[in-house]
Amino acid sequence: MPNRTSSFFSRPGLLFAVLGLVALLAPFVTLAANRIVAGVGVPVWDIAAANTTIPGLAVLLAGLALGLPAALPKLRLLGATVGVAALVWLLMQGSTSLLEGAGPYARVSLGSGFWCLLAILLLLAADALSALSPGPLMRAGLLVAAIIALVLVLWSGALADLSIYREYISRHDAFFDAAQRHLGLAFGSLMVAAITGFPLGVFCHHNEGLRGSVLPVLSFLQTIPSLAMFGIMIPLLAWVSSTIPGAKELGVAGIGFLPAFLALVIYSLLPVVANTVAGLEATPPVTLDAARGMGMTRQQRLIQVQLPLGLPVMLAGLRIVLVQNIGLAVIAGLIGGGGFGTFVFQGLNQTATDLILLGALPTVTLALISAITMDILVELTRPNSVRHG
Amino acid sequence: MIEIDNITKVYDGRAAVDSVSMTIESATITAIVGTSGSGKSTLLRMINRLVEPTSGEVRINGELTTDLEKNALRRRIGYAIQGHGLFPHHTVARNIGAVPQLLGWSKDKISDRINELLNLFSMPPEEFRDRYPAELSGGQQQRVGVARALASRPDLLLMDEPFGALDPIIRTRAQADLHRIQRTLGSTILLVTHDMEEAIQLGDQVAVMDQGRLVQHGTPADIITSPATRFVAEMVGGVDRPLRLLSLLPLSEIVEAGEAEGPPINDQASLRDALSVCLGSGRNTLPVERDGALIGRVTLEAIRSRAEGTHEPR
Repeated sequence: MPNRTSSFFSRPGLLFAVLGLVALLAPFVTLAANRIVAGVGVPVWDIAAANTTIPGLAVLLAGLALGLPAALPKLRLLGATVGVAALVWLLMQGSTSLLEGAGPYARVSLGSGFWCLLAILLLLAADALSALSPGPLMRAGLLVAAIIALVLVLWSGALADLSIYREYISRHDAFFDAAQRHLGLAFGSLMVAAITGFPLGVFCHHNEGLRGSVLPVLSFLQTIPSLAMFGIMIPLLAWVSSTIPGAKELGVAGIGFLPAFLALVIYSLLPVVANTVAGLEATPPVTLDAARGMGMTRQQRLIQVQLPLGLPVMLAGLRIVLVQNIGLAVIAGLIGGGGFGTFVFQGLNQTATDLILLGALPTVTLALISAITMDILVELTRPNSVRHG
Repeated sequence: MIEIDNITKVYDGRAAVDSVSMTIESATITAIVGTSGSGKSTLLRMINRLVEPTSGEVRINGELTTDLEKNALRRRIGYAIQGHGLFPHHTVARNIGAVPQLLGWSKDKISDRINELLNLFSMPPEEFRDRYPAELSGGQQQRVGVARALASRPDLLLMDEPFGALDPIIRTRAQADLHRIQRTLGSTILLVTHDMEEAIQLGDQVAVMDQGRLVQHGTPADIITSPATRFVAEMVGGVDRPLRLLSLLPLSEIVEAGEAEGPPINDQASLRDALSVCLGSGRNTLPVERDGALIGRVTLEAIRSRAEGTHEPR
């Protein structure tokens, strides 16, 4: 009865369960003598006493098993949640017990087994969610719940024995400065790009000649590799600062926040302008003809018809920019622009993997949250016809 | 009354519309027929100045269209097009109220007008006002498109292939609706179509265009019985012409005194319907009734005599 089996068990669920079992064999965490040297992998059953690991493992396996029945996506989502909770609990218990008597500088870092299991459980959650296809408000609710859970786990200090958490403790103040700076770079450049890009897009829409010259230039700028772009800013702004009177007093300098900010704005312009033009052109020609024929002025057509109909496409442009800039802002660390990139480059210099992660993980999390939030916004601005119909 | 005076539109040295003059009487439907590229849509679009004429002028009730600001002119002229062009992000009510809103009518007045039009088009306001165009059938969307064009009680309604996107059964019903509403409101309508059948059914006057020129302008019966050119004759469809002519004539025109066998036929039916009944039932005479009372008969001979002389183009 192969048919019955395949319809009862979700195929991705089976795959995730098998992969999860394999991932259990990989080192769950690594134990190192200090924060620089390479660690030794520890399998999950060795991280603590059996009376701790066995219940933890049992819950983890139960989570994977709950992911199997194809017809019950809610149960599968619960399985993923239970699995992640078990992972965190194992990590909590393991890091504390491994550090006992391991020396004052010993570090416990996340191992390949943990990352694989986390990825598998998140894929399981994503697969279950796509079967549930929740509405925008439901998705927003789930996102908020996930963020609250993450903050609570980090806030409680339950993972305080992990190496990455220790890196965080020793840079507590710098971390929040970097976060603030990173958000400032990403959202600030987004704002400037939107304020300049929307009008530019509207002009390009009305003026074919302008479009023919603006879009290729912006496309060209987009092709400049990010390291080169940040590099170009240094001599350029240094020159401005030294030749234009008053520029230096205003804080213009070759390195620091401003050159990084400018580079991000330049990268943002193409998606904003191109999507504004595409959004304005998304109005069906008959609708536009009808609007003209009923006596709407150009401005009325723009505000009452083209902008509302093009808004989802224009917001999709902002989504691209936001996710792109959160990632690119890491490079700003290289030219003294601050942000999470500072930790990444410090970590690279010190070969301290957990310091790199301290910069990389928040960046990834931020980009994910932004992407999901913008997707929800795009969906909410779709014309009513699509949402209802 | 709409007067089109020697109007021409030249694109790249080629006249899309070539010195066309015609007069459209108020409270009538004029159908402009032609093949694609005949300039019929360009002619229509020059009236509300979506296309600016190269030369010539248009007067609406004696007033030159160029004396008004473009958008002010367009707000006085209804405009309905193929594929309706409704605003997908606005409700039915907001779509219909679009022009009155541009004209600055009060909210109550707009709302009353929307209800009035929806009732006229047999779409109960309480059911349809708040729907979005995507939630309507093709025929309903088309009716809302026409209602929108009529909302501000325009001097003139321009329609460019308004039924082009509808399937045949819905199209026939939409044409009948338009006819009824035009008679109720007394609107002046200028309608562009590529379908001679539609022009003959709807038009009080039919204007045939070929390669930018107006080749014939007259009543449907004129066009069928005496086509001015071979092109018009082809448009009215060669062998079908006698039948088309018969479909225009009501039975009441040829009723004669007398009796006949079999079930009666209503005097508002066309001669074409009567011919069909004769052929189908194998009878040479049919009794004719009006409001349930027999008023006489119609003979196959009389029908035939009305169709004679139309079988060959001049």
